[in-house]
Amino acid sequence: MADLSTYRDAVSEGIAREMRRDPDVVCLGEDIGAAGGVFKTTVGLLDEFGPNRVWDTPISEQAIVGAAMGAAMTGLRPVAEIMFSDFLACCYDYLANEIPKMRYMTGGQVTVPLVVRTANGGGLGFGAQHSQAVENWVFTVPGLKIAAPSNPADVVGMMASAIRSDDPVVFFEHKGLFASKGEPAPSDHVVPLGEAVVARPGSDVTIAALASTVPLALAAADRLAADDISVEVVDLRCLVPLDARTVLDSVGRTSRLLVVEENPFQGGWGGTLVSIVADEGFETLDAPIRRVAADCVPLPFADALEDEVIPTVDKVVDAVRRLAAY
Amino acid sequence: MTVSTEQSAAVDAASLLDLYQQMLLIRETEKAAFDQFMSGKVKGTTHLAAGHEAVAVGASSALRDDDYVFATYRGHHHAIARGASPGECLAELMSKATGLCKAKGGSMHLTKADHNMLGSYAIVGAHLPIAAGAAWSAKLRGTGQVAVAFFGDGATNIGAFHEALNLASVWKLPVIFVCENNFYMEYTPIRSVTSVAHPAADRASANALPAEVVDGNDVVAVHEAVVRAAERARAGNGPTLIEAETYRHYGHSRTDPGKYRPEDEVAYWMERDPLRITRDRLGELGVDRDALEAVEASVAKTVRDAVEEALGAPDADPAEAFTDMWADGSATWRT
Repeated sequence: MADLSTYRDAVSEGIAREMRRDPDVVCLGEDIGAAGGVFKTTVGLLDEFGPNRVWDTPISEQAIVGAAMGAAMTGLRPVAEIMFSDFLACCYDYLANEIPKMRYMTGGQVTVPLVVRTANGGGLGFGAQHSQAVENWVFTVPGLKIAAPSNPADVVGMMASAIRSDDPVVFFEHKGLFASKGEPAPSDHVVPLGEAVVARPGSDVTIAALASTVPLALAAADRLAADDISVEVVDLRCLVPLDARTVLDSVGRTSRLLVVEENPFQGGWGGTLVSIVADEGFETLDAPIRRVAADCVPLPFADALEDEVIPTVDKVVDAVRRLAAY
Repeated sequence: MTVSTEQSAAVDAASLLDLYQQMLLIRETEKAAFDQFMSGKVKGTTHLAAGHEAVAVGASSALRDDDYVFATYRGHHHAIARGASPGECLAELMSKATGLCKAKGGSMHLTKADHNMLGSYAIVGAHLPIAAGAAWSAKLRGTGQVAVAFFGDGATNIGAFHEALNLASVWKLPVIFVCENNFYMEYTPIRSVTSVAHPAADRASANALPAEVVDGNDVVAVHEAVVRAAERARAGNGPTLIEAETYRHYGHSRTDPGKYRPEDEVAYWMERDPLRITRDRLGELGVDRDALEAVEASVAKTVRDAVEEALGAPDADPAEAFTDMWADGSATWRT
């Protein structure tokens, strides 16, 4: 068996593979070059590809994403890094008003093939402005594809699809997963955007999960197996395109659904997924649909407080038990 | 920063007549847009550029056909200066299927991408970093193209302006920032909300950009300033900022009568109408009245025909609401 890969190394590996095959791929962001990124997710790129393809920027989120957009409109495939996903708020105009609307409002004249990568999520005690899961900030705007891989091989395969996509993609890398390990990606590994996967088959309850909540759901499923509760875990992998079909098919088998999401319950993406299942899968349900999401407060600093707010294995186990007993 | 006070240099009559014709085409199209708005054929809003013609035509005539242009929601003049026809612009304003953007953009988003006129942006200042990115792309691809961002005086107080100037300067990007300073950010005098006299040019030195203030109603002066800036950019010497002082003939938008502007100030600028200045100059260069009137009649007919063409065009097909979303043409976001 090959050595396991870390999620962190898979990020730079995924970018490097695309930079090798396509000279139009360029990277920009704060500290990504000489420093290799604050999370060490771009280590080696400057050495291999040189300063014409890996650009250190000032702390100017609007300039970073705006310049990526202009470059994408004129023949390049830029990969822009926004260091912490919380900082997407500093360039939200580009995510809300510019990038997702350009193709549509020009009647299809302009295409914007770019990737905005960002470190997302909590669990590391970084406090309220560096710990948020903000995929719902992006999910609320039509016109952006959203990738959020849960394991190293998917990081590489989805990075390939994201960079090759002619549509703009926001690529959420979960901070809490950077040190996690998994099977390395085979060569030429490509995971299409918009294809969920059943990460663990089961028959009693379906859990729909994304990024950090996938390993959390798998850990809960292990624990629940001891109680003879069989959990099916669906790793959504993307929010747009949203593979609702795989969730609906799974619920058709289990008749129970729990959505586990790290962004806040208030406005979280689970609400949209649940509305689809309630509408199109109502006849298959034998229990109410439940959500485990972050509570609607800013993320506190102390571990004991943060664990109160974000999804945990205990919370998922408890929710599944109640659903199974319904 | 330099302030050009002298009149622009010599220009031959044939070239100036061509610039006059282009400016007149914009003016007549804007008049038609206003008339159609008042008659209810144009919905939503319009931000007319009558008065700003010399900036668009002077700059455009100094550029290569493959250079990139980025404009604002007051951008009809830039679309036309880069080769969009009055008919396709008016059709867009009138919600017609034949509009520049298939009636999905409207007045504020005119775009002519096959001429590298890469859009009109309605969030103030947002397109300055985007233009810097197009210039970065041209630099990396080694094409010798430059990118030009036109923006209003109001954009000089938003963060994206300052981020774009710094990035363009430190990366030595082939981009030209052209401020159309018409002295009002919407309804408020720019001087009353800005810490410096020249809202764009006075900010350039902080980012080590050369800057020039020019008479934005003198088409030749604008042309020459952009020629200089484009030469600098193509030589690898980085960005330039040009502040072109001009004035709007209409209000900010829609039916705004612009009553917040003093009468004597309006009268002063109407005397300095860029079309009038150019017409007088053509006379001094020996172009006779018959030749001028022939051009004027020809432009008037072009715009009359464009109005008829737009009025007679089919309305936007409702099914088009669900095309052009994703690169595959669809609007599908889920299975």
